[in-house]
Amino acid sequence: MLKIKLSKLPILFDALSDKNKLYIPADTKGGARFLQYENGMTMTKELNTVRSPKDLFFPQTENLMDFKLEGKKIEVIDTREECEDFVIFGVRACDVRSFEVLDRVFLSEPIDTYYKNRREHGVIVSLACNRPEETCFCSTFDIDCANPEGDVASYICGDEMYFEPLTEKGSELLLNLSCLSEGSEAPVYECKRNIYEIKSKLPLSTLSAEKFGKNMTEYFNSDKWDELSEACLGCGTCTFVCPTCQCYDIKDFDTGNGIKRFRCWDSCMYSDFTKMAHGNPRVSQKERFRQRFMHKLVYYPMNNDGLFSCVGCGRCLSKCPISMNIVKVMKKLGEGKDE
Amino acid sequence: MNNETLIPVIGVVTDIRIDTPDVKTFRVVTPDGNKPFEYMPGQCAMLSIPGVGEAMFSITSSPTNTEYMEFSIKKCGCLTDWLHKMEVGQYVTVRGPYGNYFPVETELKGKNLLFIAGGIGLAPLRSVINYCRANRDNYGTIDIIYGSRSKDDLVDYSEIINEWMTEAGVSVHLTIDREQEGWDGHVGFVPNYVKELNPDINKTVLVCGPPIMIKFTLNALKELGFTEEQVYTTMELRMKCGVGKCGRCNIGSKYVCKDGPVFRYDKLGALPDEY
Repeated sequence: MLKIKLSKLPILFDALSDKNKLYIPADTKGGARFLQYENGMTMTKELNTVRSPKDLFFPQTENLMDFKLEGKKIEVIDTREECEDFVIFGVRACDVRSFEVLDRVFLSEPIDTYYKNRREHGVIVSLACNRPEETCFCSTFDIDCANPEGDVASYICGDEMYFEPLTEKGSELLLNLSCLSEGSEAPVYECKRNIYEIKSKLPLSTLSAEKFGKNMTEYFNSDKWDELSEACLGCGTCTFVCPTCQCYDIKDFDTGNGIKRFRCWDSCMYSDFTKMAHGNPRVSQKERFRQRFMHKLVYYPMNNDGLFSCVGCGRCLSKCPISMNIVKVMKKLGEGKDE
Repeated sequence: MNNETLIPVIGVVTDIRIDTPDVKTFRVVTPDGNKPFEYMPGQCAMLSIPGVGEAMFSITSSPTNTEYMEFSIKKCGCLTDWLHKMEVGQYVTVRGPYGNYFPVETELKGKNLLFIAGGIGLAPLRSVINYCRANRDNYGTIDIIYGSRSKDDLVDYSEIINEWMTEAGVSVHLTIDREQEGWDGHVGFVPNYVKELNPDINKTVLVCGPPIMIKFTLNALKELGFTEEQVYTTMELRMKCGVGKCGRCNIGSKYVCKDGPVFRYDKLGALPDEY
């Protein structure tokens, strides 16, 4: 276990950002978000960022390639640049798990090389959640916010921060950092004990996902979807703040001097997501709404050894303009299904 | 498959055949004159005109054709309108092959085959039919039931008349929706024609066409006594990536681009009814 005084964190940040790009959760006018560290920047006191750190691996918009058109001819131009090593500091346990959820999509055959390239260059320093909030339900998905995964796990105990390398990449990151000193494990145990105590009292601490990940057609045909989706605006906010949503669109942009092809986040909550020349198989918001939750709670786990495509970060709970969310869906769908 | 699945290769359109008032068949090779890539019957490819769009099309030529790939494309949206305006020599981008294929080397081997197509649904089946014709000894009888709105809407009529109809062991049954001058063949919808023809229920069936035609044909086959395990069909949903990641063609636990487009009917029944 290595430690540093919180007041000395800037020294650690400067040292880390010397060798790599460093991203830390910092306050902005629009709330906390992961920003590239610059000298003088401090970590937010917020529990988590408004948007998840997924766009460091899967950017909201990325240029896949360009095309040069000349008469009837087309040339494909590979626009990819070499990715630099980078560190994401202060990632919460839920968001760390979201990377595994994304990995199973992008790193399964055929591998998405754009994603893989960034993933290989990224080192994750996670941070235990000293004060999990009312909207948190990571434990529903067997995520332990007192024991976050990642390459290095970190803990804030009093006025000190402790670091425990969990992978080779993590050990390498902490090597030769003279600002860190050896620390005992006792304060970290105490910190974890406090977290468990707070967690057990949270309103969603007993929410279970056990009923999901199976019974596909039964849930699909449930008559509860009408009521659940009735007020959905189809704004897609839930998908954009969600750390595990990974649907994307591919669009071309004519620059006047060639074509740029972009990959952009998309949402199954949008009506044109499945629209084809001859019609749309998901005719109303009910079908789109159902797709999003069926995918997270049933389809994805069916394909991924029971791993859910929700990490209980609670972002959709606090951001949905009509206060609909996956917790309400789970409770409603699960009604009367106790086994 | 190309390691960079989202990055296409360049194809050149070397021939354009006008099949019907709204279907054209495009022959595509690489700029140095080769077939862009190998594939199996029923597999698809992403065709694109950068700046216009990119979409998934079934490859209609047989894999046994070593020289080029062919796509029979119906004009029905932005990209297909553009493709229909192309002239020979136009470059396109092409990537693939995507999806599974009809099990020509396993489950279909040695079977008597019944192909049922409606309209542009002949495009993917044509690949299988010609693959089976090229490997004739591996399959039993070949029956083809093909229907379209009118005589003029039958795709690649000349190949049907001049090659399929004249070949021993292949029988072709054509039908059009309404009476038409100069047509002395069968008139009526495909599902009813299937019932009238009353095919031997030991055949293995491959059905392709508009969703409504597929639904009614499957019902007709069931009435005749065919089991769900004997029937293969294809599905289509909107696609962007072709590799099961963009999420668009997700239906239940399957992705049509990766786990389909070919589904045995009994497997299809286990999926949510959302296609």
